[in-house]
Formats: sequence, structure tokens, C-alpha cells
Amino acid sequence: MAGIYLHIPFCRQACFYCDFHFSTNLKPKQDLLQAIHQEARMQQHYLQGEPVETIYFGGGTPSLLEAGETGALLQHLRELFEVKEGAEITLEANPDDLTPEKLEALRKVGVNRLSIGIQTFAQPVLQGLNRAHSAAQAHACVPLARAAGFDNISIDLMYGLPGQTAEVWQQDLDLALALRPEHISAYCLTIEPKTAFGKWTERGKLQPPGEEVGEEHYLMLTQALLRAGYEHYEVSNFCLPGYHSHHNTSYWLQKKYLGLGPGAHSYNLESRQYNIRNNGLYIKKLQAGVLPQEGEELNRQDHINEYLMTGLRTSWGIDLQYLKNQWQHDLLQQNKRYLQEMQARGQARLENNHLMLTEEGRLLADEITARLFIV
Amino acid sequence: MKNIRNFCIIAHIDHGKSTLADRLLEFTQTVSERDMKAQLLDNMDLERERGITIKSHAIQMNYIKDGQEYILNLIDTPGHVDFSYEVSRSIAACEGALLIVDASQGVEAQTISNLYMALGHDLEIIPVLNKIDLPGAMPEEMADQVIELLGCEREDIILASGKEGIGIKEILDAIVERVPAPTGDPEAPLQAMIFDSQFNSYRGVEVIFRVLNGTIRQGDKVKFLATGKEYEADEIGTLKITQTPKKEIKAGDVGYLISGIKVAKEVKVGDTITHRERPATKPIKGFEEVKPMVFAGIYPVETTDYEELRFSMEKLQLNDASLVWEPETSAALGFGFRCGFLGMLHMEIVQERLEREFDMTVITTVPSVQFHAYLKDGERAIVNAPSELPEPNYVDRIEEPFIKAQIISKSEYVGSIMTLCMDKRGLLKNQVYLTSDRVELTFDMPLSEMVFDFFDKLKTISRGYASLDYELLGFRESTMVKLDIMLNGEKVDALSAIVHRDKAYEWGKRLCEKLKELLPRQQFEIAIQAAIGTKVIARETVKALRKNVLAKCYGGDISRKRKLLEKQKKGKKRMRQVGNVEIPQEAFMAVLKLD
Repeated sequence: MAGIYLHIPFCRQACFYCDFHFSTNLKPKQDLLQAIHQEARMQQHYLQGEPVETIYFGGGTPSLLEAGETGALLQHLRELFEVKEGAEITLEANPDDLTPEKLEALRKVGVNRLSIGIQTFAQPVLQGLNRAHSAAQAHACVPLARAAGFDNISIDLMYGLPGQTAEVWQQDLDLALALRPEHISAYCLTIEPKTAFGKWTERGKLQPPGEEVGEEHYLMLTQALLRAGYEHYEVSNFCLPGYHSHHNTSYWLQKKYLGLGPGAHSYNLESRQYNIRNNGLYIKKLQAGVLPQEGEELNRQDHINEYLMTGLRTSWGIDLQYLKNQWQHDLLQQNKRYLQEMQARGQARLENNHLMLTEEGRLLADEITARLFIV
Repeated sequence: MKNIRNFCIIAHIDHGKSTLADRLLEFTQTVSERDMKAQLLDNMDLERERGITIKSHAIQMNYIKDGQEYILNLIDTPGHVDFSYEVSRSIAACEGALLIVDASQGVEAQTISNLYMALGHDLEIIPVLNKIDLPGAMPEEMADQVIELLGCEREDIILASGKEGIGIKEILDAIVERVPAPTGDPEAPLQAMIFDSQFNSYRGVEVIFRVLNGTIRQGDKVKFLATGKEYEADEIGTLKITQTPKKEIKAGDVGYLISGIKVAKEVKVGDTITHRERPATKPIKGFEEVKPMVFAGIYPVETTDYEELRFSMEKLQLNDASLVWEPETSAALGFGFRCGFLGMLHMEIVQERLEREFDMTVITTVPSVQFHAYLKDGERAIVNAPSELPEPNYVDRIEEPFIKAQIISKSEYVGSIMTLCMDKRGLLKNQVYLTSDRVELTFDMPLSEMVFDFFDKLKTISRGYASLDYELLGFRESTMVKLDIMLNGEKVDALSAIVHRDKAYEWGKRLCEKLKELLPRQQFEIAIQAAIGTKVIARETVKALRKNVLAKCYGGDISRKRKLLEKQKKGKKRMRQVGNVEIPQEAFMAVLKLD
């Protein structure tokens, strides 16, 4: 089982918080698409013939592509790889791109899951993030997608944002739940150094909401979504039963994936490759027939640490037997006292030879992971 | 012998001693200008950076005056109060001294105490006003100060500038004319005083000495009187810019001795070298064992580096005989060493040398002085570490070392200096106006109060003007208590301190506050408590960490995020643990910066 990720590195405008790889210069779009086609050809054997279960268009803003362009990429992938019947094919979309015509066209070319970047329904907060869409578009996009026949919709929300009071956040949650999407990703704002927010924070022009705001919003979030019947299956991900993002879940469950496009990462269970984060260079290399990537081999320690890091974020937790069998690592034995203390504090629990974090513990996932790491 | 002149230089830090010494070496062509590294005498990197001479050295120059060739032995002296015994031995090896006074700064405390030492040894003093080329120079006024101090004539004072090369010939002429030639009998039994040593990793310890009586020859069987050890003089010679081997060195002259000594401890400054077969009946007066004044624990940052640290300390001790240490164990820090230092500067130097020369980063614990605890059964316990203090119910009284501190400052700062010294439990003993605006204050003070930040504070409140010198007075009774720090109820031995009862509350409160800043939040609340015995006198709380999780962890994030968390884990591993509380290394040093 494997997945393919395509990175579409273009955006209409730069959101103040975002440090993903993108460019607002859309001129090289055709060259870039050709380069992705070329990369796909060159990487045809990366997945070693494993059937592809998920394809994910991420960005940037993949909804900037014409449906035909998306379709061409999908078609090409089907030619090169064994894409399974009924594979999950997700496209990240901005609300302002989702016209009825576009939605219909996307469905036709095979996209069967949308991940819509709503972030918030509050107009001033949206503006404060420099999002391209309006509150009205945020409200309208899900019903439009439903009308076009999409029955697997995810929306992105953000919390801990400047100007987003607890009241605003509660309203965001209520509005989101009213749309009843199959899946919700909710991200706490992280101030990244190379973004506008990062620079303003450094200069003292922006005072981002404190840790306690993030904590309060998180608790509101989990409470509201659990009550509404959603499963909290990863730190930032919730779904109605059966609607996990199969693609993203593969990152956490040690599956192979091939990343195409600038900045995309690939993983074949032994090593990881990362593509160059520069559109021009990416295109140039591929035009010259060279893969624009670097890589790292993962050793035992890397494997164990990555498993801990991703596993502790999920509701499935860490399979202690797997660690023992696969990596000869006895996590329980080596962290006896610490794990006991955490259970006593209600931050972790042990069940069926699995270690998982409680809702409260997951808020500390990084702290706990770092402690369980081997170095 | 009549053509030998032995002299040293007395100067305050920054008054230009090293530059002036360089000019003397150039002028006498001991070193060519081309080869000249600035400030040649300070050849340890650390000395060069700090601009002070840490270890003394000696160098020989030849100077021709009126057709006669003279041998001038310049004996360099360390410029910091931590090393005053070494200064006294260097002075004892000379017949004359250049007193260098900065023409804009005037006389400082350190200069005066060294000057008194030189006068006590009947040295001929040649006063030099240096840096007269500077715009701020006030040669007239400063000359008045010098005249007042020495009772000399105005024309005895040489005006000089090391930087510009002014007055160099005058100084050399004055050394020849005014400093008496050494006396002594080259035929008498050998008496040579060790005034310095340096370590050479190929040749062992090089002993630097001044012959008072007799003659030492290459191949002689010699004996060091204080240690009783015997050696063969494999090589002797004089110290030019490089070592120049000689067949013999006679009474009056200065030289070096190499005899395969491997450990600096065997060479004690002030010891007497004599012949095994025809020994001198008496040692040279004034020998003292150097005693450490300040004690602190030194621990490796990584507990696994203990053996490496021991190795480094042993190496360091090869050329720093005044550093003493013994193994010590701390519940919080693991295995380490309790070290004795001459003073705070010496402690800093050791720490820095460990870092630079051995690449060893260390944790240094609260520095302490030596206390004497008199027990109810009449016994006396020597306490070099808080953990060594017996339980209060066994203790009759505690004595702590007191010093006589001499401070010279501009008179406008007297008020704030008094306040500072009183705050440090000082007792004003004397106040003398050296000139209309320079005051000398004398305090009796507990050494423990000077251990921390006294000197820095003194400099700050006097805008750098005040200078300080001190000597040990002896032990006096004080009401000292042991103050412990507890984290979640567990005592952190490395943070304990012995403090005066009146200051314990303030100390405890400030230390708790500081620790609150330095302890990282953990998954639970941390109570920081300061206690005397079982009585808690201060408390702070570090709140539990509630949220530490990145929002996203998808394919492109995994590698970066793993590396980030691995770094965090490494940081945690460097911390020390008491109970389940992690303590970063800065916390152990926090005590040093409590303001």
C-alpha cells in the first residue's frame, strides 16, 4: 500500500502565517507542471510496484490548477502506477476557487475528497491572516461541494489566532459543525520565523496569543468535536467514523509515499528524499533529466524515534510489541518510572500493549516524545 | 656580580607594565622589533586577552652604558591580589623595582601594597610616570602623589610612554645607576630561591631561581630544602627570549633549572635550592605553603566525562601548583572534584583553561571559603564545602576567615563604598586621605562576602576608580547557617551554601526567584524551597507545562521535526536530575549572579 503526494507550489497571495513552500509568481506554472510529469516518469519505480491507495494534491494552492491540469496529472499517474480502484484522491482547495463549475469538473477528473482551507469564519480574523477568501465564501463552499456530489469533505480550521477570542473560536466551531464535514483538521497557530507573523513577532509588532490561549482553544475544540461524534485520531485531526484521511494516516503508520513537486518528501521505509524548495531550480533540474533531491538513510534510532513521534500523536498510539519485534526496543522497560508517573497524572495510558496519550497528554506530545526518544 | 641588576616592575593592571617591558626588551635588542609580538611577557593566550600577567616570568637583557656591559634581569610579577605570595617572592629576588604609575590614573591600592612589600625588602624604587603622551595625563599632580608616597625628589621621577617609546633610555640608565648590584658569596654553600616555575610538556618543570649565595653548575646534585627532594641539574641557563644553556650561574644572577621534574607540586615558590653534598645550613627566609582561599566543586557537564575531567585537572595541575583538588560526590551532580583556589580570579582562570586547553565544559558550584566548626566535644572540623558542615546540634561555634581590605578611591565615591562594605558585613578600621581627593579605606571583612561579586560591585559604584587589595587576618566567630535548596521536597546538595544568619532570608528568597527563572517547566508543578534545617524560609513555584505540541506532522515535516525533538532530548540529557526535577547547568551557577 502506498500514497503519492503532489506539491502545487503556487498561491494567489501569501498568508501571514504560512511557511510551506509556495510562490505567488504563477508564470512558470506550465513549466512546473511539465516538470512534475517528468519527475513522475523518473520515479515510476520508487514505490516498487506497490498499489497506490491515495493521491493527495497539497500546496500551496492546488485549486489554482485548472481541473484539466489536475486531470492530466491524475491520468499520467494512473499510467505510471497501479492506482487502485476507489483510491482516495484529495485536493486541497481554497473557498474562493470553488465555483460550481470548478467543483463539477474536479469530480469528473476523479477528485473524490476535498480539503478546504476555511481556517475561520470571522471576516476580521481572515483578513488578519491575509487569506484570499471572504467569510461568505467560507460559509458557501461546503454546501456547493456537496451539491457537486462530494461526499468526503474535510475542512481546515485554525485557532490561537490574533483577534480570535474564545467567543469567536466557539462560533467557528459551531459553524463548522453545522456544515457536518466528514473530516476536520484544526491547527493551533505556530509562529514560524520566516513568515510575516514571525518577523513581526521578532520586531515586537505582533504579540501572538500566549500558550494558555492555545490550550483553552484546544480544550474547547476537543470538547465540541467529541460531543458532535467526531473521533480525535491525531493531535490536529478529527473525523466522523470511517472518514480518516487515508493519505495522511499513511505518514503516521509507516507506509511508503512518493512526493512529487518542489519541496515534496518521499519515503520508502528505508530512506527519505526531499525535493529542492525552489520552483526555478526544480524545473531546471528536471528539464535536464536530473532528480532535484537529497536524501537521508534512516538508521535504527531514526526509525524508532519517528515511530514514537508520529505514533504518540495518534489515537492508535505506540505498539510496544512492534517496537520490540522490529527494533529490539523495550520502551516500557527503559522508561518505567516516567511512564508510571504519566499514567498517574492522567497523561498517558497503556492498553493492549499499546501506549497512548490522553487528550491532556496529547497537548504535551512533543515534550513526551522528546523524553522517550533515544539519542 | 657588580654588573648585574635585578629588578621588577610594580604597576596596577592597565598602567602599561607590559608595553613598557616590551620597549625595554626592544631597546636592549634582546628582541628585534620584527620578532616582537606585542606584550611579549604575557605568553599565555588568556593573559594576553585579559591584559594581565597571571604567572610571573623572568628575562635577561644586556645593556651597555659608559663602555660597560650590564646584565639586567627583569623579573615580572603577577598583577592580581590572588597571587600576592608569588609577587612577594619575585620581589625578594630583586634589588630594585620600577614603580609604574599611570599619569592620568594615579596610585592604586594594588600598587601600594606591592610597593610596601618592595620597601619591606629594601628595594630601590625608581618611580616612572607612564602614558604621559595621553591627553588626560596630569604628570604634575601624579608626581605630587608619588613624592608624597615615596618621599623622593621630583627629579627622581622618570616621565615615560611605553607606547611612544619615551623615557626608555632614562629608565635603563636609572636601573644601572640606582639599583644596587647584588651581594652574595659565590664560594659559599649554594642558596638559590625559587620564585617561579613553568611547565614544558617535553622537558618537565622548568624552575626559575635567583642565586643568593654560591654557584650552581650543570650536572650538580641539588636538593630542594622544603620538599626534601633531590635532583640532578641536567641543564641550567639564563632566560633570554629563548633559554640559553650555561655551564654555571653564580651568586647574584637569575636562571632556570631543568632536572626532569614532572609535577609542578614538587616545585614550591619560595623554596631554597642547595647542593646535596655541601648544603646551606639555612633555607632562605619567607617560604610559605600557598593556601587556597576559595573552594568550589567542579563537575563535568556530561557525567560520563568524569575520567576525562580528572585527566584534564591532572594536566592542569602540572603547571598550576596552587590548584588543589580532591574527588567529591554530589547527589545532584554525580562525580566531580572539590577544588581550592587562591581567589576568584584563579577560579575563573582554571575554569577557562579547562575549556580552552582541554575542551572541557564544567559546572562550578557555589564558591565557598573555609570555615572552622568547633564542635561541642572540643574538636575542630575544617569545612570546605557546605556538605561538610556538621549538624547544628553538634556545633558549638563557627569561625570564618576575615581579611583586611584596603580600598583606594576618589573621595566622591567614599559614601557608596562604605555602604557596600557595610552591606558585606565590613567594619571600617581606617580612613586616610592620600591627597585631597584620594582616600584609602581599610575594612575588616569576612572573606566569604568578597567571594561573589564584591569586586565587580566596587568597580561599578566607583565608575572603575576604586582599587582593592586584601590580606588574610585570621578566623573570627560568626553566626553562620547552612541554607539548603529543595526541589519538590528533595535537597539539591550542589545548591547549598553556608551564609550568615542575617543574610540567609534574603539569600534564600533571591535564589528561589532566580531558580524559578532558570528551571524549565515540566509536566508537573515544581516547588522550589529554601530552608535552614527543617525550616522553610522561602518558596517559589514553577507551573506545570500545559502545551507543547506542534500543529502539523505530515510527510514533509517528519524529518525536520524529528531532528528538532532529538535536539531537545539532548538538551534534557545534559541537565541534572534531582528526584524527577531536571536542572539545567546554569541553575548551579545562578548563585553567582544573584542580583
